Amino acid sequence: MSKAKALGGRIFTLTFSVCLMFSAVALYFTAKRFIFGIGSVSNLNDGYPWGIWISYDVVVGTAFACGGYVMALMVYVLNKGEYHPLVRPALLASMFGYTLAGVSVFVDIGRYLHAYNLFLPWQMNFHSVMFEVAMCITTYILVLWLEFAPAFAEKWKLVKFRKYLDKIIFALIGLGVLLPTMHQSSLGTMMLLAGFKLDPLWHTATLPVLFLLTAIFMGFAMVVFEATITTRVYRLGDETSMLAKVSRIMSWILGFYLVIRFQNIFMRGEVGSAFSGSFLGNMFLLENLCLIVSFFILTFYRKVLTPRLLFIAAIAVMIGGSLYRFNVYIIAYNPGNGWTYFPSVPEQMITYGLIAIEIAAYTLFVKYFPVFSAHEPAVSTK
Amino acid sequence: MKIKRRDFLKGAAGSMALLALDGQDARALTAPTLSPEALGILFDSTLCVGCNACMASCKDANDMPPDFTEGQDIWDKPVDLSPNTLNIIKKFTSGTGETKDAESDGYAFIKMQCLHCVDPSCVTACPVSALLKDKDTGIVTYHKHACIGCRYCQVACPYNVPKFDFNHIYPVIVKCQLCDHLIAEDKTPACCSVCPTGAALFGKVVDLKVETERRQRMVPGTIYKYPVKSLDSGLTLKNAAPEYVPHVYGEKELGGTQVMFMSAVSFDKFALPDFPDKSFASTSNSIQGAIYTGMIFPLAVLAGLMFIVKKNTQQEETKTAEKEKDNKEENHE
Repeated sequence: MSKAKALGGRIFTLTFSVCLMFSAVALYFTAKRFIFGIGSVSNLNDGYPWGIWISYDVVVGTAFACGGYVMALMVYVLNKGEYHPLVRPALLASMFGYTLAGVSVFVDIGRYLHAYNLFLPWQMNFHSVMFEVAMCITTYILVLWLEFAPAFAEKWKLVKFRKYLDKIIFALIGLGVLLPTMHQSSLGTMMLLAGFKLDPLWHTATLPVLFLLTAIFMGFAMVVFEATITTRVYRLGDETSMLAKVSRIMSWILGFYLVIRFQNIFMRGEVGSAFSGSFLGNMFLLENLCLIVSFFILTFYRKVLTPRLLFIAAIAVMIGGSLYRFNVYIIAYNPGNGWTYFPSVPEQMITYGLIAIEIAAYTLFVKYFPVFSAHEPAVSTK
Repeated sequence: MKIKRRDFLKGAAGSMALLALDGQDARALTAPTLSPEALGILFDSTLCVGCNACMASCKDANDMPPDFTEGQDIWDKPVDLSPNTLNIIKKFTSGTGETKDAESDGYAFIKMQCLHCVDPSCVTACPVSALLKDKDTGIVTYHKHACIGCRYCQVACPYNVPKFDFNHIYPVIVKCQLCDHLIAEDKTPACCSVCPTGAALFGKVVDLKVETERRQRMVPGTIYKYPVKSLDSGLTLKNAAPEYVPHVYGEKELGGTQVMFMSAVSFDKFALPDFPDKSFASTSNSIQGAIYTGMIFPLAVLAGLMFIVKKNTQQEETKTAEKEKDNKEENHE
């Protein structure tokens, strides 16, 4: 197995500079939020207390950041060592995805100075799904940085630290698999309490299972998406055959998910509303159509999978999975009383800024730290 | 492969961190029931004349600022519960709106405030116990020193009661606390103490339920005595009984509420949803409880994961080491 190497090269590329600009705009609005309150930058209201900061940055964003989770699951638990080169890049993306979800929560919560209460045993509410999610995500952010720490150790030649890490890494990886399993399913359980506010097409006791499965296939899709882009941008070796294998596994999970999703709709007698032509019915169909398209590509074209088809399949999964999660948290959520919500421009800017920081930090890290395994482009190996 | 003692201890140390999350689980997995000492309000829509005295006295008793609406800044005129308004009288009208308590061409009043659910979603939702339900009085109280402002209570509340001032730099959650500061002084909650007709009636929930049964049995048109302010105030008024709908809202909805409604028009006219008897909180609790009680499942899974990972990484290491060795030997040759 080849060792990971830092890519090196110019830091201030066009992408990097554009990302910095977006981050600067986001920083401005974040400052405004802390000086003048949440209402000064967002359209959040008493009917829709959660907007895109929660639904995108946390709920969808952490699902995209499940690449590290699924690759650790594959390589270290299911012992598929062949995928090892995909682990570190996936971990890096997860690390930033989760860290910035954490940052976003801090921007979103109204009484951030009181956040320490989450860690006071006598204040903890063990019945609260929110408490569990908060604990898991906080711990997982720490675990992700430690899981990625071998890259720091290699870069700065911290031999002792590396040795120490190697001794505990099995515990970190174990936690790194357990924690996302817990909080990704709990993100689904969370909306059970919304009761009648969430449309019956989405409100079901199966929410935790569906959320866990979406997290897993969105994680896989992100690995394929990311690897496809980075191999092109950084001219790394062709990984199509490895990615095709990864997407085979993803297609099995997709199939399993679709069976549960539709069985659940039939069982609860909601099929009528799914095909009623109503806005929410169509959202349900659209969300599942994306996943079905991807499932068909991966199943019927599995022998002739080109990087392009693979990329399309991954994007379809990412869109379908995000739509599902957006539907649960905003689109199919209706508090009644005539409340409406659409994210304001400054509110969106903060979200875009966080995505931009993620991309910028990713490009910076792959150049500075050993992330990608240094296999040569396929042509020049022999 | 045997687990070495050292490795076991390492695994155990990791588990300890999670073990700290294990709760002193006081609440059983079954939904909580009504305390015999629980306090509440019975709002009888047929008695309400819409004078709004309860709204004014609520603002006084809780030091809440006025809500200026409709382009004027002279008097308090809230349109709904808000960060400034804990209690509101709303009016239902239909057609010409002439007859009181008639569904067609009529009008009726409803009082909205925190209903102090028997199994409150907000209390289940709050991650930091900033919302608590009193064991005896059943009053759901808010404690701002704990609140982190996550607003899960707003998402969870089936009646959209908790409010949050998004335009404030550091807001609090706002909702009715049944004037627990007045109850502590043996006084009646502000809204009930000023209600001139007894439409808002304070008392123990068990006694209020007896009162609802009495009213349900009344013969429409006959004169009866109605208690005013609170059940034990000794004050009564005489009224002709209306034709109540055969349903007390809050008796069973989502496990019941301590603020209950009686009316002569059906409750969907007041946008009070037709909820099932089982609370959303108990569904959520039983799922969470089944997985996380005592953290036994997660810890077992963690132990298993760590064991497998340990085994797999060691195999990997040996393989790589052997390969490197082979490579070296080959090079030497």
